[in-house]
Amino acid sequence: MSRVTSLQVNGAAHACDADAERPLLSVLRDDLALTGTKYGCGEGQCGACTVHIDGVPVRSCLTPVGSVGPQKITTVEGIARAGRLHPLQQALLDVGAFQCAYCAPGMVMSGAALLAKNPEPTDEEIIRFMDGNVCRCGGYGRIFEAIKRAAATMKGSAK
Amino acid sequence: MNPHSAAGAGLSRDSTSHRDVKPLLQSTSEPALFPEQYELHAAPLHRFEVTRRGFLKTFGGGLAVLWLLDLSDARAQSESGGGGRAAGRGGNRRPPELAAWLHIAADGTVTVFSGKTEVGQNVRTMLVQAVAEELPAPLATIKIVLADTTLVPWDAGTFGSRSTPDMFPQIRRVAATAREALIDLAAKQWNVDRATLTAADGKISRAGDARTIGFGELTKGEKLVLNVSESIALTPASAWKIAGTSVPKIDGPSFVTGQHAYTTDVSRPGMLHGRVLRPAAFGATLVSLDATAAEAMPGITVVRDGEFVGVTAPTEHLAARAVAALRAEWASQTTPQVSQRDLFAQLKAHARNSPAAGARIDAPPPGEGVSLRQSYTVDYIAHAPLEPRAAVAEWQGEQLTVWTGSQRPFGVRGELAQALRIPEERVRVIVPDTGSGYGGKHTGEAAVEAARLARAAGKPVKLVWTREEEFTWAYFRPAGVMEIASTVGADGIIRTWEHFNYNSGNAGIRSPYDVPGQRTEFLQSQSPLRQGSYRALAATANHFARETHIDELARTLRVDPLAFRLKNLSDARARAVLEAATAAFGWGKVERTAGHGRGVALGLDKGGYLATCAKISIDPARGTVRVLRVVQAFECGAVINPEHLKNQNEGSIVQGLGGALFEGIRFENGKILNPRFSSYRVPRFSDAPKIEIVLIDRKDLPSAGAGEAPIVGIAPAVGNAICDATGIRLRALPLVPNGLKV
Repeated sequence: MSRVTSLQVNGAAHACDADAERPLLSVLRDDLALTGTKYGCGEGQCGACTVHIDGVPVRSCLTPVGSVGPQKITTVEGIARAGRLHPLQQALLDVGAFQCAYCAPGMVMSGAALLAKNPEPTDEEIIRFMDGNVCRCGGYGRIFEAIKRAAATMKGSAK
Repeated sequence: MNPHSAAGAGLSRDSTSHRDVKPLLQSTSEPALFPEQYELHAAPLHRFEVTRRGFLKTFGGGLAVLWLLDLSDARAQSESGGGGRAAGRGGNRRPPELAAWLHIAADGTVTVFSGKTEVGQNVRTMLVQAVAEELPAPLATIKIVLADTTLVPWDAGTFGSRSTPDMFPQIRRVAATAREALIDLAAKQWNVDRATLTAADGKISRAGDARTIGFGELTKGEKLVLNVSESIALTPASAWKIAGTSVPKIDGPSFVTGQHAYTTDVSRPGMLHGRVLRPAAFGATLVSLDATAAEAMPGITVVRDGEFVGVTAPTEHLAARAVAALRAEWASQTTPQVSQRDLFAQLKAHARNSPAAGARIDAPPPGEGVSLRQSYTVDYIAHAPLEPRAAVAEWQGEQLTVWTGSQRPFGVRGELAQALRIPEERVRVIVPDTGSGYGGKHTGEAAVEAARLARAAGKPVKLVWTREEEFTWAYFRPAGVMEIASTVGADGIIRTWEHFNYNSGNAGIRSPYDVPGQRTEFLQSQSPLRQGSYRALAATANHFARETHIDELARTLRVDPLAFRLKNLSDARARAVLEAATAAFGWGKVERTAGHGRGVALGLDKGGYLATCAKISIDPARGTVRVLRVVQAFECGAVINPEHLKNQNEGSIVQGLGGALFEGIRFENGKILNPRFSSYRVPRFSDAPKIEIVLIDRKDLPSAGAGEAPIVGIAPAVGNAICDATGIRLRALPLVPNGLKV
């Protein structure tokens, strides 16, 4: 049985010793104590487990840890920069988006991936991109609004 | 006795084994809640076998209470007169002692203790506002300890929208009592008349005097030995400065950064992962178990206790593999179980009682108006909280600590004590702020399972239900059949009204319209699936039936559905929300275009009034229904936090859209057929309409809870809009699980 002994997470190499078949989600949470990334469904349907691998959003519940190799993983714990929240994290707080907030890490990671790829998404593009992320408390309107605000903030600071 | 009866509930294989199970809601010092409390009952999943040795070991060892307290004075067990936070021990009552509820540390930090649970309704923020308002103290100095059975006063649980009408004033009384005591202390210390002193911003000051003294300096962290005053005057809502404002969610940053530890994130030294072997179908019994292969795997412990079989393993992955390696033979029930196609006939046929004698009303004489008799149904739906049921259990000798996401920490403590045959005093339940509940986390299945596994493994165990388990082994919102018969005079006035509900419940069954002598009756039945509480209980079903029926009457009479409602409505609060919502929606001004429809519904539930207007569009080629815009007016007395109240309304509308349009549990002969998000559709971004919430702030009225009522209007509003667009009247929830054939 092959093992994974090292992962690049949030800018640092992390030693581990994990069965390569295990989901990345489980290794992040249980072996590396990065519990920000959540289990929601185990079939890639809810988005709670979203992380970035080399900047691309993936469902870590369906990603065998052995498939990651030396690629760079970013989790919700690593999305803030230099002690400042990611503009989307800040916007989510500003609009009071969340109730139970269990979906929040996945929303942050999906939304941040969208904004990195498409700094000025249209309403339709936001909805299509975010449709794989479930919020059972029904906060979609506010999360949508936060993505729009974050896009505006990022555009302003990029000038 | 039918083992699947509504009140006895559930999946029990041996109905007699549940006779000694106490009702989940025991007599309390709180007022009785609602006649439909039966919905809060759901029987335990497991009945562990008891060995004589185990029994003696548990009860023979003396009942000395060993508290797991490693806490500072702020949280230490109160020793005065048996009160304090230990009060939950003896009886289920609220302790009167102030020290049980509030502590002020020497540095001025105010800690308040409450048995309520945070499940996203933002009760934590509300209670901080209560303290800040009445003490008064800066928000940043206030901490709330919630839902730790060792630390907080006993509480029945977080349900029924009771936190706002009940805990909010309680905590205000606590803070106001403390404020008066602090003023007394300062008056004594300064030797001045207390009438000259003012408490504000965590300090006492005196008019014309430069001195101030902080609350912490006054108490020096000592207990304030006095009782909470039941009659103390509270600041009226019209004078609120902090309550009534949109204080942001407490600890918000910890949620968006992933730092907050939900139950599923709790880790203990040496912790193992658990997994439970589930029966092949409801009602199946275990005939044989071959655990050889699983036990040969490294680090695996297999636990069998009666019908309960589970494993512990070093990782979740290994636990899942070990369960897969168990060879279990199940015997299914000999008689087929009721399947979905027979559900509604079953609910009617097996009603425990018939409508009361004389309840049936006759049709009015012809020519005098209209009469209408219709039947409506709602399916079972799942709560599907994004954080599934989970628990971490840790034994230290005979002391058990369990972290679990539950709306009833003290209830789960009782379930644990009963299932594991230990006194409640040896059980501590801690509920971290939880990944939602919606009424679905009243019971402690995962807690009981984790505790049983941890006892066998001799190590802490984490058990997280899979999504499939959550969809199968939790309980469901009751399905129901509603029958309404009515007559309306030629003048458009409703003359008679009867409304029967089979199985789903009593909540919201009384019509707010002016119908003298209306007859309503809830008829309990035999539920083929395990059912229990769901946000707003049966109010969703009963509002769907009533508000659809009202719309049908208006259509039959060819009058505007808004005008018809207003004509039969004299309740001023109900009229106010109906007028506010329709005005904001532009009811009379909406352009009538092909493929579009508009609908309205009125609601009243748990002290909250609402009116919901929906605009929908139909794509006849694809059969899709889209909800484009929703305007909801809501009034629940004095508003405590406008943004959070709006958020509850918005979220309720979106969540309610699922049950309105497409959510429904499919089942056949003891099996759930759609136990995954890929087969059980929940609302997503693309389903969310544009939503506008109109809040009516009645500062002259006490605040009612708002976690439930805002969900009851959306289904009938959408159903009525579909009929407006197409002329097709839909009388079953979900309305269009497979699209609409136009």
